[in-house]
Amino acid sequence: MISQVFILSSKGDHLIYKDFRGGAGNDIVSIFYEKVTALTGDQPPVVMNHKDIYFVHIRQGGLYWVATTTAGSSPFTITEFLNRLAALVKDYCGSLSEKSVQMNFALIYELLDEIVDYGYIQTTSSDVLKNFIQTEAVTSRPFSLFDLSNVGLFGAETQQSKVAPSSAATRPIQSSREQGGKSEIFVDVIERMTVVIGSNGLLMKADVEGEIRVKCYMPSCSEMRIGLNEEFSIGKSQLRGYGAAVRVDECSFHQAVRLDEFDSHRILRLCPSQGEQTVMQYQLSDDLPSALPFRLFPTIERDNGGRLLMYMKLRCDLPPKSAAINVCATIPVPKGSVSLSQELSSPDQSAELKPQSRAVVWKIARFAGGTQLSALFKLEVPSLSSASMLEVGPVGLSFELPKITATGLQIRFLRLSPIQPGPSQRWVRYVTHSDSYTIRI
Amino acid sequence: MPYLGGEETVRELRRALSNPNVQSDPLRYRNTILKVIRTMSQGVDVSGLFSEMVKACATVDVVQKKLVYVFLCSYATLNPELSLLVINTLRKDCQDPNPMVRSLALRNMTNLRLPSLVEYVEQPLTAGLRDRAACVRRVAVLGWAKLHNLHPSSEIDAAVVNELYSLLRDPDPVVMVNCLRALEEILKEEGGIAINKPITHHLLNRLKECDIWGQSEVLRVLQRYRPQSEDELFDILSLLDSFLVSPHPPVMAATLSLFLSISSNLPVISLAALERVSGPLLAACGSGSREMRFAAVCHIQLLLRSVPGLLGPHYKRFFCGYAEPAYIKERKMQVLVELVNDENVAMILDELKGYCTDVNTDTAQAAISAIGRIGRSYSDRCLQILTGLLGLKQDHITSAVVQTMRDLVWVCPQCSDTVCLALDGCEETLQDIQGRQALLWLLGVYGERISTAPYTLEVLIDRVRSEASLGIKMELLTATMRLFLCRPAETQDMLGRLLHYCIEEETDMCVRDQALLYYRLLHCGIEKTREVLQGRRSDPSLGVLIGRPAKPVSQWARCFNTLEPLSQGAVEAESDSRGSPEHVTYNSKPNADLSDTLSCSHIEEVHSGSDSAMRCSDSSTNVLASSIAAPLSLSLSPAVSPEDFEHLWLQRQALHTERGAEKIEEGIKVILNQQPKDDDALRQFLTILITVLNTLSSEKD
Repeated sequence: MISQVFILSSKGDHLIYKDFRGGAGNDIVSIFYEKVTALTGDQPPVVMNHKDIYFVHIRQGGLYWVATTTAGSSPFTITEFLNRLAALVKDYCGSLSEKSVQMNFALIYELLDEIVDYGYIQTTSSDVLKNFIQTEAVTSRPFSLFDLSNVGLFGAETQQSKVAPSSAATRPIQSSREQGGKSEIFVDVIERMTVVIGSNGLLMKADVEGEIRVKCYMPSCSEMRIGLNEEFSIGKSQLRGYGAAVRVDECSFHQAVRLDEFDSHRILRLCPSQGEQTVMQYQLSDDLPSALPFRLFPTIERDNGGRLLMYMKLRCDLPPKSAAINVCATIPVPKGSVSLSQELSSPDQSAELKPQSRAVVWKIARFAGGTQLSALFKLEVPSLSSASMLEVGPVGLSFELPKITATGLQIRFLRLSPIQPGPSQRWVRYVTHSDSYTIRI
Repeated sequence: MPYLGGEETVRELRRALSNPNVQSDPLRYRNTILKVIRTMSQGVDVSGLFSEMVKACATVDVVQKKLVYVFLCSYATLNPELSLLVINTLRKDCQDPNPMVRSLALRNMTNLRLPSLVEYVEQPLTAGLRDRAACVRRVAVLGWAKLHNLHPSSEIDAAVVNELYSLLRDPDPVVMVNCLRALEEILKEEGGIAINKPITHHLLNRLKECDIWGQSEVLRVLQRYRPQSEDELFDILSLLDSFLVSPHPPVMAATLSLFLSISSNLPVISLAALERVSGPLLAACGSGSREMRFAAVCHIQLLLRSVPGLLGPHYKRFFCGYAEPAYIKERKMQVLVELVNDENVAMILDELKGYCTDVNTDTAQAAISAIGRIGRSYSDRCLQILTGLLGLKQDHITSAVVQTMRDLVWVCPQCSDTVCLALDGCEETLQDIQGRQALLWLLGVYGERISTAPYTLEVLIDRVRSEASLGIKMELLTATMRLFLCRPAETQDMLGRLLHYCIEEETDMCVRDQALLYYRLLHCGIEKTREVLQGRRSDPSLGVLIGRPAKPVSQWARCFNTLEPLSQGAVEAESDSRGSPEHVTYNSKPNADLSDTLSCSHIEEVHSGSDSAMRCSDSSTNVLASSIAAPLSLSLSPAVSPEDFEHLWLQRQALHTERGAEKIEEGIKVILNQQPKDDDALRQFLTILITVLNTLSSEKD
């Protein structure tokens, strides 16, 4: 049971406040904000209580999404609800930010009204909700030259228009109805990698959590068939000889997915509802089919002048045609490091010393597969001792690998039946993110 | 946050709302209303616009209607009279051919929360229960619950209750679940809806039709059901098996709760369910949402109490990601400690070692204390890491290491040699009170083995005038006394100086009294002093980490899938699971709230069965003042923190010891006055009290 739901900006501004059960004081929001900002750090902030009111909150899009409830409620339900609420708001408003929430507050009140009644969750299915939600989303799209670049010369079809712009999937789901917008469907295969590489270069842990996410802008939904790799197998026992078997340890599907063709042909059948939904989730531990995307070869020493020299060689082991983007390596450095001088091997990299997080942050915008970058960092540490070397590392790497899946999962085909009248577009995208990619030194 | 110029805004909005030109233009009208709602959600009081908004309610524009209702429901309680005007429009809307308008009107009619309107609402609600459209029935069913809570005393018509029961068979699953919810609220006095066999089986059969929210609700209500036969029980369990491994954590958790409650007499079944659920729980631990991860890790901790080896092979799943927030890291480390075994100890320690230099000091300290806890079973490896960390010479790390070492030698006295060697030189890096207290304790207890101990103490004694912390001064007194007993020649002079300062110049009563106590104790002779001060140095009974007996599931089943595991502190879990060294419980986490809540009224009597404490006073000095033969009443001033309390107690007890008296009573009677009643604080307090008594008894043994 949920007593109130409110959304706060990171600065504590009230964006949305809805009281379902009544009887709560008006100051409840400020009590929450005081508590959340006064945290000392070792308290678990997901659940906090004030007398017998319990606050459960999540953070998404830089906002606090808070529900107040009683002690006996299920944390899983409330957290899942808040996540779902945030996802719905994102679906309806196009994106999730303080600005979009502020502009669409009427829509969000309307959503909340339909989703929760008297503190009880009624429905969060966008199929049901679309019949009730009347308010149109307000979007602000900042003027950008990139939008112009997609317009071909004299209206001619350019090469660029065959690739969906990255912002294509961040629009409200309902605009397709009123504005006769394009009917599109996006199928994203998103994987998150968690890797720990030991100081001897051995792989200590590798986990991949993946999901297939469908984002549907079709006004009328029809049946969709998603074909996965035929050699896709689940569990450890099902090894099918040689070849490029794609294997995952565990796999679960959305309720609406019908699996009658899955065993024989690896086909998922479903009727997608509008908006975003996770169709399939899977995970794989320890046994990655492809090489790890990154290797680091560090050399760390002290020079005579009391400086710390860190020579980092980072190799990207992706296939040569692909590349990693937004690579960012965080290298913890000894406390008291004062200044950094750097020698980087190419101009598109940057590095800076962040004293408050005690780390050197080395950023590489684009890192092509099969190449190697090196950097030399010289750190001025006044109180350098031999023990300070222990403080260097482990290096955390964050990156994005577009068009690559770590498990090798591919979508063979994507069919809609019956064939949609009018133009419809289907997009399949792959991306692998780093959840936590740690290299010990 | 009140906006500046709120009044001005309200005045402007009123002008716009009553402007006939605006009213005639639907779009402008709607936009003005939109502005009102926006100002409202920013926290400005716009209740003054109530009458204007009531007028705006009568419109065909559904969006505008919805907006106005948002406003009306927020302010209706402030304007009960004006709200009467709305009811007519609402009742008219309840006849609307459009089911959406009907449900909207019905919902908002019940959301106005005005007891005076109840008579107008009942008729449309009754009609709503029989409406053709499911969405109206959903609203109507919950409407009755709202109505009941407006007038909790008044009886709801039995016919309505019957109708609600029959609506459990409604074709729409949400209506069914709402009926459950409404009946639970209406029949709260009688213990909620009657869960009998036909209802249970009906609900179970329709479980698949519900969405995940409905499923978790139904499963929660069914926890009250007790199957009549074993066959029925197994039928239910096998029906629910697919829900147990649901990819949706809410359903999975609700199913497990139900499993645990209906098979509470069959431990084998419960354990099998725990095995089965570990897969989905692990998956939730890797969920994209941090908050979900946290909830899952906290619940895994519960599971581990009963099946310690449950997730042993999956220990790597609890390695912390570098971007995870500290509160998740801390919990994951607690889980890692539980999962340690001979095969993985090297890997886990290696991983934990990496966290010790984390930029977040809380994480670093949690990692160090986790290593210390593993050290109870694998002391050599852990001490090696801990000693290495001292080399970093960083205050927060050194402090955590020293505290961890103190805790470790309390459990494993065989570590003391290594610890004594490692302590050399770390007094220079230590800054915080807790770290220095731990060091002082170690210096006092193991003074004869640490060659530099007198010099370290001497420096501190020379600086005692500028010392601000009470705890340090008292710990310093005790440490110096203890050191004096084993190394009198080196310590005598500084002890004299310290006692002199504390008795003559110190302004704090606690310190002064303690010094006086020691002074008089010394007068009683060195043997007496030794008896009092050189108590137990360790508590081997606390045992090692591995091979701990599993606790029965019933111990935590009640709080599974509630907020309790997420909000309870880590300390409680620790002392609960294996009893940490006594001093930790009250030294490292002084609970400031505790003394606040323990002030007056609400009398709670507790007979602490501390016959051990009595036995000791019996054997050693044979005394207890007659003044405490009568019930001892302790009043805590808010400024007293638990560790101070310990000293107060020590001092009191000891003073009596000294004065000498005749009578002894069986057990100590403690009367606590507490306001408001807070069982948790009381329990915590009692733990501390008992610990103190045990320490006392051990010191005198």
